[in-house]
Amino acid sequence: MYDVIIIGGGVIGCSVARFLSQYKGNFLLLERHNDVGEETTNANSGIVHSGYDPLPGTKKAYFNVKGCKMMPKISEELDVPFKKNGSLTIGFTEFDLKTLTSLLERAKENNVNAEILNYDELHKREPNLNKECKYALYCKDAGIISPFNLCVSFMENAMDNGVKLNLNTEVIKIEKIDDFYRVFTKNNEIFDAKVLINCTGTSSDLVTNFIEKPAFKITPKKGVYILFDHFDQNFVHSTLFMCPTELGKGVLFSPTTSNNYFIGPNSVTSDRCDTSTDKNSFDYIKQEAKRLIPDLPLTEVIREFAGVRANNDSDDFIIEESKTNKNFINVAGISSPGLASSPAIGEYVANYVKDKLHLEINKEFNPYIRKHLKANNVDELNELIKKDKKYGHIICRCEQVSEGAIIDVINRNCGARTVKGVKKRIRAGFGKCQGTFCQDEVIKILARELNLSIEDIKYSDVDTTILKYQAKGK
Amino acid sequence: MKTVDLIIIGGGSAGLASAISAYDNGINDILLIERSHELGGILNQCIHNGFGLNYFKEELTGPEYAYKFIEEFNKRNIKFLLNTLVSNIKDDLTVTYVNEDGATEVKAKAIICALGCNERTYGQIMIPGDRPNGVFTAGLAQKYINIDGFLVGKNVYILGSGDIGLIMARRMSLEGANVIGVSELMPYSNGLNRNIVQCLNDFNIPLRLSNTVTKIIGKDNLEAIEIADVDEKFNIIEDTRKIIKCDALLLSVGLYPFINLLKKINVKLYRNTKGVCINQNYQTSIKGLFITGNSLHVHDLVDEVSKESIKVGKCASNFIKNSENKVLKTINTTAGNNLVYLLPNFIDVDDNLSEVTFSFRINKIINKGTIVIRDNDKILKKLNKMYMVPSEMITILLKDVDFKNIDSIRIDVVED
Repeated sequence: MYDVIIIGGGVIGCSVARFLSQYKGNFLLLERHNDVGEETTNANSGIVHSGYDPLPGTKKAYFNVKGCKMMPKISEELDVPFKKNGSLTIGFTEFDLKTLTSLLERAKENNVNAEILNYDELHKREPNLNKECKYALYCKDAGIISPFNLCVSFMENAMDNGVKLNLNTEVIKIEKIDDFYRVFTKNNEIFDAKVLINCTGTSSDLVTNFIEKPAFKITPKKGVYILFDHFDQNFVHSTLFMCPTELGKGVLFSPTTSNNYFIGPNSVTSDRCDTSTDKNSFDYIKQEAKRLIPDLPLTEVIREFAGVRANNDSDDFIIEESKTNKNFINVAGISSPGLASSPAIGEYVANYVKDKLHLEINKEFNPYIRKHLKANNVDELNELIKKDKKYGHIICRCEQVSEGAIIDVINRNCGARTVKGVKKRIRAGFGKCQGTFCQDEVIKILARELNLSIEDIKYSDVDTTILKYQAKGK
Repeated sequence: MKTVDLIIIGGGSAGLASAISAYDNGINDILLIERSHELGGILNQCIHNGFGLNYFKEELTGPEYAYKFIEEFNKRNIKFLLNTLVSNIKDDLTVTYVNEDGATEVKAKAIICALGCNERTYGQIMIPGDRPNGVFTAGLAQKYINIDGFLVGKNVYILGSGDIGLIMARRMSLEGANVIGVSELMPYSNGLNRNIVQCLNDFNIPLRLSNTVTKIIGKDNLEAIEIADVDEKFNIIEDTRKIIKCDALLLSVGLYPFINLLKKINVKLYRNTKGVCINQNYQTSIKGLFITGNSLHVHDLVDEVSKESIKVGKCASNFIKNSENKVLKTINTTAGNNLVYLLPNFIDVDDNLSEVTFSFRINKIINKGTIVIRDNDKILKKLNKMYMVPSEMITILLKDVDFKNIDSIRIDVVED
């Protein structure tokens, strides 16, 4: 019998797991994919919103502002790339200035640092901005973070502190039995727990439906992104949003923590699992982004992808215990600013469960994960290679990722077990060649470290074998 | 800091030839750096024949061609490092390289970049649809079959009729895969004619010209693609959309110079080749930094890479020996009508300059045309040429002119 089962290993489920591991108990996280963070978390803008946008008094406002404040410490504890680069919400017209002014008021109500920049201040800060951009709401506390690393490191830290993770485990049925829940999975496993936490993102109303008629409805909204290679660290510094108008929120242009840039996302109603991209979206995103940056670096495009937001019809986060089924907690409808809110949500839910189950403090809780070894200069690199020569064998030449660094992310709690898992964690294959030069070597390293044959190494989910057929000669 | 006369980055066909040439031109203090565990570069995975007809006057496989150069290389006392990646180049010609022994900085009198090229990916050409397992560049699929012994699929479609795509169509067929077809966006193939005949026609593999992949379909694994015809402006012709079931899509949609290392320093880039600018001695805008092979511009044949690199090895040697003459003036060149690019980008004129070889590609098939080299209104050279195609690099020698009296050079190809 588990004290708590968390269903869903996106950034929210993993954050809940991490904060729960501060307490003593028997905790399990069930994830249907072959890795954590494979759905909404995987195609995320990576923006740590400051919290000026959500309506005061909403859960979105509360958790966003709190999460943003927590992020510097979290990123340090979990060794996640994070940068406070500030955000600029750009206005083009007098009318936009009015909107920005009301957003400034909202920021004040939400206790968020914000100011309005005039034309000169704005263009001094961002020289590559479209000259038509006239005003901006500047929030210096906004930042960018690697969504993949945040999710993975939440889970790694949770596991370091005793939480169990079952991958490839899809929940298909839930029964309430006396004072506990019985969870049935697709691969015919059964798990019992006192408390269930539903963190299943775009599927959360379906999962709630296993036990009761959900009081909310998820309307998935797809967003397409276009990613650029890193080419000039000073091209754009801050995250650029567009001033919302009645036509919509526009798209954003932002750097990432790995010095890439991206444009997007648009927003279209879609199926829950539809992460396909389309030409209309590309055209729309490019056209909109040109309003921010007229000279888009289109020759530097390396990838396009789409993610699905778990939009909830009531437009606020749902973080509450079921009224009819005690100890069944929904953490649902976590759309934007979900990533920024994730640590605050995890902390809140863990605290709520602690009070319910009267959990004791886990005195051995270590908030830090094992640091990823990095070198900032030649001397440090020499030091590192002296300790482990595999850090001198560079596998991914685009992103300069060493064999040592790849082995390290495999041999951790919640470690990489797929090609995509390595890519998400340490960026081998993330660069301009998209793994053309290193994918075969990554497969060999995974096979060796996991004691598998190379035919068993998957791209992502369990049915995605890369090396499908042996050649005749073999 | 360690110093060395010449650093050559890359031990493929370009690096090997330039090392041999520099050595034979009197530079003995050379360090060649190769990232892989063996010399030879991409040739090692090209087990088909057709190499060397031009250079060695015999037909060789890729590994055989490489071996001939490796043998010559080994005869000379040239230092080289394997499993070593150059992680940084500075504009004072300091190179940082990393291997299992550590990270080392070396200062060179000259550097030759022989870094090869990258394949364009589906992300770069923005193919819409899903992002499943099963989409590969042709080169990666080639490595999997020829080096690792695995087929990435049994029902294969190929986008792009570049040579690697054509070679892989044959290779996958020989290994028992069903190669369904090849789509080419352009109204003509980008591969060598002999490859169209030997790799497609001989295996009854259809080539669809003015056709492209418009969608990738499959959640986890590739299940199908959508293809469609395009008009002369590359717009999709709606009623030609067609779904084709396949489990692997190979892309042969273009190569571009690998110049990541050079982007961090102040080298003048050349948008037309997606590479860098050079003078007639293959020197970039940074003194002492030379570039050759496919990291300069993508060649049709490795034989041409070898020839070019032998020249570059000599140029770098002259630079190191300080036997270059004083530059009197610099002439800029312009790629004119119907040219995709033109190299060199500038000509440093000295007292001894008597000839310059230009290389360029054109952007369409020209059955009968004239290559015109001009200095403003003055025609310097005119050459009639039959049947010019984008897939074949054109070179032209300009001599018997007084470079000192030339202000600018522009090359046009005029259709007759």
